Amino acid sequence: MKDVELKMLERAKALLESGEVARVIGWKKGEFIYDPAPASFETVDELKDFVYNWFCGANLSKYLIQASKKEGKTAVFLKPCDTYSFNQLVKEHRVKRENIHVIAVECLGKFDVAKIKAQGVSSIVDVEVQNKEVKVKSFGGETVLNKPEILLTKCETCQKTHQVKDEEIILHDRPERDVNRFAEVEKLEAMTPDERFAFWREQLQKCIRCNACRNVCPACSCVKCVFDNPASGIAAKANDDKFEEQLFHIIRAFHVAGRCTDCGECSRVCPQNIPLHLLNRKFIKDIDGLYGEYQAGETDEGKTPLTSYTENDIEPTDAVNGEAK
Amino acid sequence: MQRIGVFICWCGSNIAATVDVKKVAETIKNEPGVVYSENYQYMCSENGQQLIKQAIKEHNLTGIVVGACSPRMHEATFRKAAEEAGLNPYMVEIANIREHCSWIHKDMDEATEKAVILVRTAIAKVKLNAPLQAGESPVIKRALVIGGGIAGIQAALDIADAGFEVDIVEKNATIGGRMAQLDKTFPTLDCSACILTPKMVDCAQHEKIDILSYSEVEEVKGFVGNFNVKIRRKARYVDETKCTGCKICMEKCPSKKGLNTFNMGLNPRPAIHIPFAQAIPNVAVIDPEQCIKLKTGKCGICQKFCGVGAIDYEQKDTFIDREYGAIVVATGFKPIALDNFNEYGYSDNKDVITSLELERLMNAAGPTDGVLLRPSDGKHPKVITFIQCVGSRDTSGCGKPYCSKICCMYTAKHAMLIREKYPDTEVHVFYIDVRTPGKNYDEFYRRAVEQYGVDYIKGMVGKVYNENGKLMVQGSNLIDNEQITIESDLVVLATAIEPEPSVRKVATLLTASIDTNNFLTESHAKLRPVESPTAGVYLAGVCQGPKDIPETVSQASACAAKVIGLLAKDKLKTNPCVAMADENMCNGCSQCANVCAYGAITYVEKEFRLGGGKTEVRRVASVNPAVCQGCGACTVTCPSGAMDLKGFSSKQIMSEVEAICKM
Repeated sequence: MKDVELKMLERAKALLESGEVARVIGWKKGEFIYDPAPASFETVDELKDFVYNWFCGANLSKYLIQASKKEGKTAVFLKPCDTYSFNQLVKEHRVKRENIHVIAVECLGKFDVAKIKAQGVSSIVDVEVQNKEVKVKSFGGETVLNKPEILLTKCETCQKTHQVKDEEIILHDRPERDVNRFAEVEKLEAMTPDERFAFWREQLQKCIRCNACRNVCPACSCVKCVFDNPASGIAAKANDDKFEEQLFHIIRAFHVAGRCTDCGECSRVCPQNIPLHLLNRKFIKDIDGLYGEYQAGETDEGKTPLTSYTENDIEPTDAVNGEAK
Repeated sequence: MQRIGVFICWCGSNIAATVDVKKVAETIKNEPGVVYSENYQYMCSENGQQLIKQAIKEHNLTGIVVGACSPRMHEATFRKAAEEAGLNPYMVEIANIREHCSWIHKDMDEATEKAVILVRTAIAKVKLNAPLQAGESPVIKRALVIGGGIAGIQAALDIADAGFEVDIVEKNATIGGRMAQLDKTFPTLDCSACILTPKMVDCAQHEKIDILSYSEVEEVKGFVGNFNVKIRRKARYVDETKCTGCKICMEKCPSKKGLNTFNMGLNPRPAIHIPFAQAIPNVAVIDPEQCIKLKTGKCGICQKFCGVGAIDYEQKDTFIDREYGAIVVATGFKPIALDNFNEYGYSDNKDVITSLELERLMNAAGPTDGVLLRPSDGKHPKVITFIQCVGSRDTSGCGKPYCSKICCMYTAKHAMLIREKYPDTEVHVFYIDVRTPGKNYDEFYRRAVEQYGVDYIKGMVGKVYNENGKLMVQGSNLIDNEQITIESDLVVLATAIEPEPSVRKVATLLTASIDTNNFLTESHAKLRPVESPTAGVYLAGVCQGPKDIPETVSQASACAAKVIGLLAKDKLKTNPCVAMADENMCNGCSQCANVCAYGAITYVEKEFRLGGGKTEVRRVASVNPAVCQGCGACTVTCPSGAMDLKGFSSKQIMSEVEAICKM
């Protein structure tokens, strides 16, 4: 990780020094090792706070909406999963591609500090990773944890690879993984409608409407969100009663259907630990089943299954009856 | 303050028998905003309209709701009445209390309650209506006819004779269609080619008609009066402008074993060929699947012998873009595949043939030069059995549920012609019913039975099997109540017809609707039988439903009259209920443009003020109101709600939903 961080820092410095870019978007050291935050660096001097470690889970692509409007080019570090969001944003004309210099970076999964703390380790000072073994150094000493158990939920089933073409890449080999990202969705599908309703009701009633999921979501990039627009007639949907509360997340899932790249940021940032990504994954699974496999953000152009029509499209009645092709 | 008037129609007893119309009108009087509520026997009548006009003036109404039949029927009528009384026509809403209520309910209390809800819903909507002004769009004075059979030919000739340019797009190498394959035509027994080919020649020679044979419609954009159509001109590997139709290539071509599709595959034909003697255009075409040169690169004999250098193996598909004001769909039919009807032994016995194959066997230009010889051994069949309704009126799911309409008549024709030409032949016909309505039709059938002694047997055939070289037709004779087996030399299946499969693609391109049997749907089964629900698209021939030649020709001419009426106008009123983007909310994400079937949405860069003297340039959607058809696909796709539809705004629809849920 250190060598990757060093390479990244070198590139950031070189790009800023040469004036090729006006700013670099990366991660900035926090108070602790586990709380780095997204940041924009405009001078070499500012780069002293630059960091890239096992806790840099944030997806930086959404920051490019604003950054690409500014004068001068913006360099950005994108992990494999982030490149899908980036492509999707370019495709939807939200990011001006020509103003962005992408540096694709290595990722072997990022850690969820809450999961480490849940294993009884606090005051974390450093982590050292050897394959599936993670040595967590803390004031209390050294604890060895199993890597898959402390990964961010979004990293648990990640199989994403870099999708940005013709850009520089800082990475090394990543082992191939064979995981089923729909396993959790399948569990929900196996439930009876009543069980499923109860599950979601219980999950969604935890929602405090902090809007973190929406604000972090790269697909939620509307100039004015319907939930912030009293004229839309649904702005108050969130705080009406328990049933209506659920509609916020369900409407949001519909709005990002076919565009969600499954970056998993919604669940990562949810302070109430609602597994919001499962709503989106259900849509992704259905789209795959009804229209053939489709991964949003794989490219930054082309048609999408939900907004295009072909003669071979499934008939609505067959779709309702679940008779996928 | 809104002043809403409500008008409840009885539609004679259509509504009033199931809905207590007086109670509805009375209940609605208490609705907020309603200042007038009345019921009347026929609201669409002159007197009914007068009542509406008077109420608008007397009560100074700002909007009206008519509780009546479907808006498809009379929305235009009531809008016009409102306009005449000085009210903006788009301040009229229809509550459909007939199709949506009285016709589907039996219980009066229930139906009345529902009618009240439907009227309240329309009131909720009309309160949010805004006056709209219809715009104008120009009309391109050129028509497109898709399909060059008798329907397309007739429509094209009539339109062209009125002085408008017409293009016929025909997917085959020649126009003529199915009619060109027929031998004689009922009920007068004229030779099909003799009456069709002069019309084909008329098309070719008409200065206003452009025949685009071996071509297909690839893309359709635009709307009534302004269609933009991309046409694929398939590579025929022969230069149409050079080929003289001398046929030397056909003679010299060494690959002679292709199936002659014009003769229903009954005899071979060369890889390079002219489909039939009177083909229009009289130009050869190469079947790339069969041509040795195109498959292996070696041969080139036709090129060597072609005196005018018309052969071009390098030819590629080309595309042309044309603009049209109106489109006639005349894509025709084909007999169904008989895969589901093994009981008739069609695939196992060469001498079990379809009626269309018989047409070719009896035709002077057919594979047997018009001498009726059976396919297996070339002998003259002495006993011929016809089986009707093969795949028609079939509710088992194997065939088609509808009557193919033409089979009774052509079977009578076949039977009669055979008895006339070969009096020593015994002819049997198995039938469910004989359906011969039409001028001189039943007389025609009676002649077959009475004058020509054709043996008509009421009953279905169970199976056809081969025994010692004879075709055994086993069926029941319902009149005599007995099982019979007829030893036959030839069995002819009156195969059901279905729309040409390419109609699905055409329908998709035109956003014209088709029914479960792939027939194109007309706008109104009785009153608008040649119009498709898509404005500017008209239907002729079997693509709309089974019909014979006289009916097809009538429908084609009716289409032409509609097209001429449209093209005669210089401008059309456009529908003001179109989409509009709120630029302040638009993200420029292009999703609306992706779903727009009409290409009505483009994007522009606009500068927006951000406050504090700052500005920002954003990409925002812009709707061309002349192109937009108001389908609303963009409004439901837009995640931010920037896209809305005038006259059907999200707010209006939500307030309708709320009015329904309020109960």
